[in-house]
Amino acid sequence: MQMQDLTYRLPDARGHFGPYGGVFVAETLMPALTELREAYAATQQDPEFRAEFEYELKHYVGRPSPIYHAKRWSGLLGGAQIYLKREDLNHTGAHKINNCIGQALLARRMGKPRVIAETGAGQHGVATATVAARYGMECVVYMGSEDIKRQAANVYRMKLLGAKVVPVESGSKTLKDALNEAMRDWVTNVGNTFYIIGTVAGPHPYPMMVRDFQSVIGTECLTQMPELAGRQPDAVIACVGGGSNAMGIFYPYIGRKEVKLIGVEASGFGIDSGKHSASLTLGRPGVLHGNRTYLLQNEDGQIIETHSISAGLDYPGVGPEHAWLKDSGRAEYVTITDDEALQAFHDLCRYEGIIPALESSHALAYAAKLAPTLATDQVLLVNLSGRGDKDMHTVAEKSGIQF
Amino acid sequence: MSLIAQTFARLAAEGRKALIPFITAGDPDPAATLPLMRSLVAGGADIIELGVPFSDPMADGPTIQRASERALAKGMSLRKVLAVVREFRAENSTTPVVLMGYANPVEAYGIDLFACDAAAAGVDGVLIVDYPPEESIEFSAVLKREQLDPIFLLAPTSTESRFAEVAEAGSGYLYYVSLKGVTGSGNLDLDEVAARIPLIRSQVGMPVGVGFGIRDGVTAAKIARFADAVVIGSRIIEEIESGPPEQAPARVQAFLSGIRSAMDAVSQQGESR
Repeated sequence: MQMQDLTYRLPDARGHFGPYGGVFVAETLMPALTELREAYAATQQDPEFRAEFEYELKHYVGRPSPIYHAKRWSGLLGGAQIYLKREDLNHTGAHKINNCIGQALLARRMGKPRVIAETGAGQHGVATATVAARYGMECVVYMGSEDIKRQAANVYRMKLLGAKVVPVESGSKTLKDALNEAMRDWVTNVGNTFYIIGTVAGPHPYPMMVRDFQSVIGTECLTQMPELAGRQPDAVIACVGGGSNAMGIFYPYIGRKEVKLIGVEASGFGIDSGKHSASLTLGRPGVLHGNRTYLLQNEDGQIIETHSISAGLDYPGVGPEHAWLKDSGRAEYVTITDDEALQAFHDLCRYEGIIPALESSHALAYAAKLAPTLATDQVLLVNLSGRGDKDMHTVAEKSGIQF
Repeated sequence: MSLIAQTFARLAAEGRKALIPFITAGDPDPAATLPLMRSLVAGGADIIELGVPFSDPMADGPTIQRASERALAKGMSLRKVLAVVREFRAENSTTPVVLMGYANPVEAYGIDLFACDAAAAGVDGVLIVDYPPEESIEFSAVLKREQLDPIFLLAPTSTESRFAEVAEAGSGYLYYVSLKGVTGSGNLDLDEVAARIPLIRSQVGMPVGVGFGIRDGVTAAKIARFADAVVIGSRIIEEIESGPPEQAPARVQAFLSGIRSAMDAVSQQGESR
């Protein structure tokens, strides 16, 4: 008889996934995190909250998102069948909105009229600005000034939605610095402000809470895969920056040991280039942004600058639950370069008529590597976490085209 | 008795309050730190808080962020911070030195090795901003084993149940963050601080220092009426930034002397009452 592991109960009460996770923040935020933990726990007991969340996901986000069998691409690759979980079809074009709805509903319950967020490429910023408009909340988004230059369209989207976008000039002027600045805002305005963190990182309860809100992705797959493919996949593949889309699709599959979980990190210009974002593959455990996890750091413990063609993967840390899944061996983490991701981006455009986000293109690229090594009756499920409209500029530039 | 405890005991006997300046080690370059520490002592420092620069100083405002960036750009590291403390200790055996910083550089160094080397260098206390008591049980034990004081923060948001937790975990003194915000903010509410400190002092059984947002002698003197120590950081770094680097020690000493006189005037007043 095959035993299913139903004992996975992480994090523990203090937010630890083995040695990872935890609450590494200055004292001023400790009471706010306790308040958040308690408020979130209360929603878990409350069917009304669940019902409201589900209503919003269905009618506002457009869930459930379909799974699509990429038959033509699979056939060309000549191996396993590739199925795509279509998070790109969500309102705002990515999985980020699932979590933002959940946290905004929680903010409303806690009576916080102001929400703040950090953003790199602008996807989480747009999703936060969207829910803030939807629920009538004041919204401030912190964004590195370098990212603002690269993502002008998303900056304008946020402004259209009524958010204030604050440029961050410190450090490397990218996502990690935006996160630092959002933390500083939260410390200052902790009474009336809810910090909507966009990924499964940060101090407890964020990694757990974001995972829970995003796990709607994997939960839907559990019922959709048997309907469409007649069975569960042999492997689930997702890209990992902070890791929220990956945790969302992995989590419901953790207890099903026959399903491989594969996270794909960005190796940028290559694993030996020093210009990458592969925290799990090349990093060492440390403490940043409120949690202990794998970090890209120098030998003195200073956080180093990262690179990926995809701004959403360009982050020196990773969610602590991924760190735990790596160490425990339950998930496997691999890397894909900028060039490999671009190839998969173009292939999906040309063979399936779907323009994927560059983040998701990393997961697609690994599936394209793996599929030909497997039999044609094997099944890979890839989380297509977002659409690529936001990346037009980057891809065109790479191809030497100017608008 | 630790050097920090001795210092507070001596000050209490004299009816004075402790002045604790903060500078970032390595700002504006590693060679500047020792002369600046001397000038802090000459300006009336009772304890020196030495910031260990970190690439992502989440609890700090723009001034200390800039100081960290300057120090890191000049190659400052935790190892070099300890070397500076060792030099300072060779010439000054009475002024306690407290390292203040973030967890990651310490973890990268290794907490056992760090505690050992810090004690050997002459460090007296360590305050890691993103190590609240519940995440630093092992770290505090390691520090105490090396006779180093683990110093913790309390904030305006802290509930009374946390006072006991911090009192249990910490030693030396307790650092009360005087405002909701980052270092160097301008929203200090003196009345709130005045109301909280007596309550905290009565419950933690160790000296209480107050910092964040203290910029002048008048404010320092007011805080010295009810706290055991006044911590000043960003304002001193502004002094370092404000002119030629070679004259920074003189500027810092002059600024700190002003704070010192303002605080001591209050102490004497307090005694005569």
